[in-house]
Amino acid sequence: MGRYILKRLVSAVPVLLGITVIVFAIMAMIPGDPATAILGSYATPENVEKLNRDLGLDKPAVQRYFIWLWNMAQGDFGRSFSLNRPVLDEVLDRFGATLVLAGTAFVLCSVLGVAAGVVSAARQYGLADKAITFAVLLGISIPSFFLGMMMILIFAVELRWFPASGMWPIYGDRTVLVLMKHLAMPALALAVVATGVVARLSRSAMLEVLRQDYIRTARAKGVPERGVIWRHALRAAMVSILPVLGIQAGFVLSGAVYIEMVFQWPGVGRMLVDAILKRDILLVQGGVVLVAACYVMFNIVVDVAQSLLDPRIKT
Amino acid sequence: MDLLTWTRRGMLAAGTALALSFGLPAAARTPPGVLIVGQIAEPKALDPAAVTAVNDFRILMNVYDGLVRYKSGTLEVEPALATEWEISEDGTEYTFTLREGVSFHDGTPFDAEAVVFNFERMLNEDHPYHDTGPFPLAFFFSSVSSVEAIDPMTVKFTLSEPYAPFLSNLAYPTGLIVSPAAVEQHGADFGRNPSGTGPFTFAEWRSNEAVAVEANPDYWGGAPELQAVVFRPITDANTRTAEMLAGGIDMMVEVPPVALSQFQGDAFQVFEQAGPHVWFLILNAKEGPFADKRVRQAANYAINKEALVNDVLEGTAEVAAGPTPPAFAWAYNEALEPYPYDPEKAKELIAEAGAEGAELTFYVTEGGSGMLDPVAMGTAIQADLNAVGLTTRIETYEWNTFLGQVNPGLEGKADMAEMAWMTNDPDTLPFLALRSEAWPDKGGFNSGYYSNPEVDDLLEKARVATDQNERAALYKEMQEIVQEDAPWVFVANWKQNAVTNERVEGFELQPSFFLLLDGVSKD
Repeated sequence: MGRYILKRLVSAVPVLLGITVIVFAIMAMIPGDPATAILGSYATPENVEKLNRDLGLDKPAVQRYFIWLWNMAQGDFGRSFSLNRPVLDEVLDRFGATLVLAGTAFVLCSVLGVAAGVVSAARQYGLADKAITFAVLLGISIPSFFLGMMMILIFAVELRWFPASGMWPIYGDRTVLVLMKHLAMPALALAVVATGVVARLSRSAMLEVLRQDYIRTARAKGVPERGVIWRHALRAAMVSILPVLGIQAGFVLSGAVYIEMVFQWPGVGRMLVDAILKRDILLVQGGVVLVAACYVMFNIVVDVAQSLLDPRIKT
Repeated sequence: MDLLTWTRRGMLAAGTALALSFGLPAAARTPPGVLIVGQIAEPKALDPAAVTAVNDFRILMNVYDGLVRYKSGTLEVEPALATEWEISEDGTEYTFTLREGVSFHDGTPFDAEAVVFNFERMLNEDHPYHDTGPFPLAFFFSSVSSVEAIDPMTVKFTLSEPYAPFLSNLAYPTGLIVSPAAVEQHGADFGRNPSGTGPFTFAEWRSNEAVAVEANPDYWGGAPELQAVVFRPITDANTRTAEMLAGGIDMMVEVPPVALSQFQGDAFQVFEQAGPHVWFLILNAKEGPFADKRVRQAANYAINKEALVNDVLEGTAEVAAGPTPPAFAWAYNEALEPYPYDPEKAKELIAEAGAEGAELTFYVTEGGSGMLDPVAMGTAIQADLNAVGLTTRIETYEWNTFLGQVNPGLEGKADMAEMAWMTNDPDTLPFLALRSEAWPDKGGFNSGYYSNPEVDDLLEKARVATDQNERAALYKEMQEIVQEDAPWVFVANWKQNAVTNERVEGFELQPSFFLLLDGVSKD
């Protein structure tokens, strides 16, 4: 087992190196440089050249790549041009905010989606099934950023139940309750589409299982319906629901970008969009590398967990 | 128990618990005496020498003072940290008498040595704190050859050549005076630990959430009425509007034109102020149809600027008459009338020049500072030009790419390009973008290769004249010639807007586009 984990970790190194090359090359090739972005109207060739020199961008690209890589190996991701702050501090702050948002949305879509799917399947073609199927279709069809804007209009501007934007209030204590208030709308808006997907797939997975002989056996031997559905059928259906949840985890993480823009959530997606527009090279590079490293680690953890659960996967 | 009743009860219980835990509707009322401002972005730094964005200037102008400042409601300078100044006959020596008894927020005294430190830090590469930069706008003061403290309260600037915009550059945020002791203490992190002499002292910066400043009770101009101001970055304009409507902020800047109607009524006040901004089309005067002055004039007649300003921009701009915005009241030529919308006249001129059916390439940007609504405007302009027989093809670029295409010159690539400038002195834009010496290959922004020796001469003279009336006369003459020559299509002067709720009093927008809050109060 230890060898398997080590092997996976070693194989992650070339992947990460590849990512550094790609992101560096993209930032080097796109037109427009940070000095021009900073100077705007005043970007005369002379001023741009001087500022690029001050920013350390006058060296050849290959040399800059290795300097960047060497510094990163020592834990120094450089300083953001547009925020005048160490890249690492900024990315870690932002990544935390994204995890809170995407994590909440993931829990919401898993719990609500599976529950809706189970109820739907248990009442196939009943009123509840039709209502849920309709709601799910609606949820899948509404773009999350539009839903978010509508939620702001209704629940923040008209009813004033929730704050319109941000993660924390400007004044007052930072309690979990206050965070939940700010989190409610963005997390829900982010979860809706994923909930719909999970609900549909849970429903069909459940229907598949409910047709099996052992369910009839369970019913025949007098297991209460609730027990049949939640204990016997759901457990079996989870085998095919779990991979869908895994995919949805990635989906909410990437979908968070739109929601972060709409709700002004201080997450990593919004940071990257801003950084690209400002040609904040080190922030884009550092952010992408750190996020990619997280994905790679997540994949390794999943693979290892799977190999622990399923002895058929060779270690 | 039936499965569904069970589920329903569970949902009901969970819902009730959720509603209880959130309490009643959030009291969306900001505390009295604290002004919450919705900004358009996270500031880069609160070091005036290191930043370039109006967004950052809006905070800085409340924390720092310069030697001089713009008189309220104008773009003319008046005393601030300097009480008076003398300019030598030849216009190369400026001697300032400094205000007595002023201290920085960190307690250290403001004096001539502090002024010297500020400019040395920016301009002298050997200064021990030059590495706290880079200072992208230091070239505003590139004509300064030395800064000396004559005595503790007198400071002398020596310029390498006469440079009339020097005073208004001192009033620009790049000229704001920072505390030397704070720079020495914090080094490169000074931008997050600022200390100036202004009406508000820095209190807190929470990344991506807010910058808070508190009233400076010892301010030399009198303590401000507000206890504190909180600047919140809300990048998305729709979210900013929603936050304003929801009561989460007291003031917002840069309201999208389409959202202005939301703020009619007693609960809000809308402010508008034309600024030193001009939106224009650069025409390629070197080659193609626009090499002929008549075709350039025809473009000015063909484009319906009233419609652009009223329909596309929803009244958030005014029609521009010439290259200098009216906000520079002292240098603006009131006699200029904008080119009227006259497609027939345009067709005549095009026929005279033999340019019927000419094909034009038109560079349009997707966004960019001061560019307003460039795609919609570009499309409307294209339609107007097509209507008079100039077949126009649009090429759209992202802002940074666009600058990379336009700034090196349009030759061989395009016939026209959108552009907008916001400046602090009537010298800046024409000097950098209309002189023959400012063609792109000479390091300027004259991307359309306009050249008129008379204009060159007037601009050179205006730059070295130190008498404001003399400068004004020169600029007015320049505007007349440039309007006639039509190197650009003069389109619009942007009006900045802001909205406050009814609890805010004493607020005024400035033509400089800075946000000055020391006279504002809120119940």
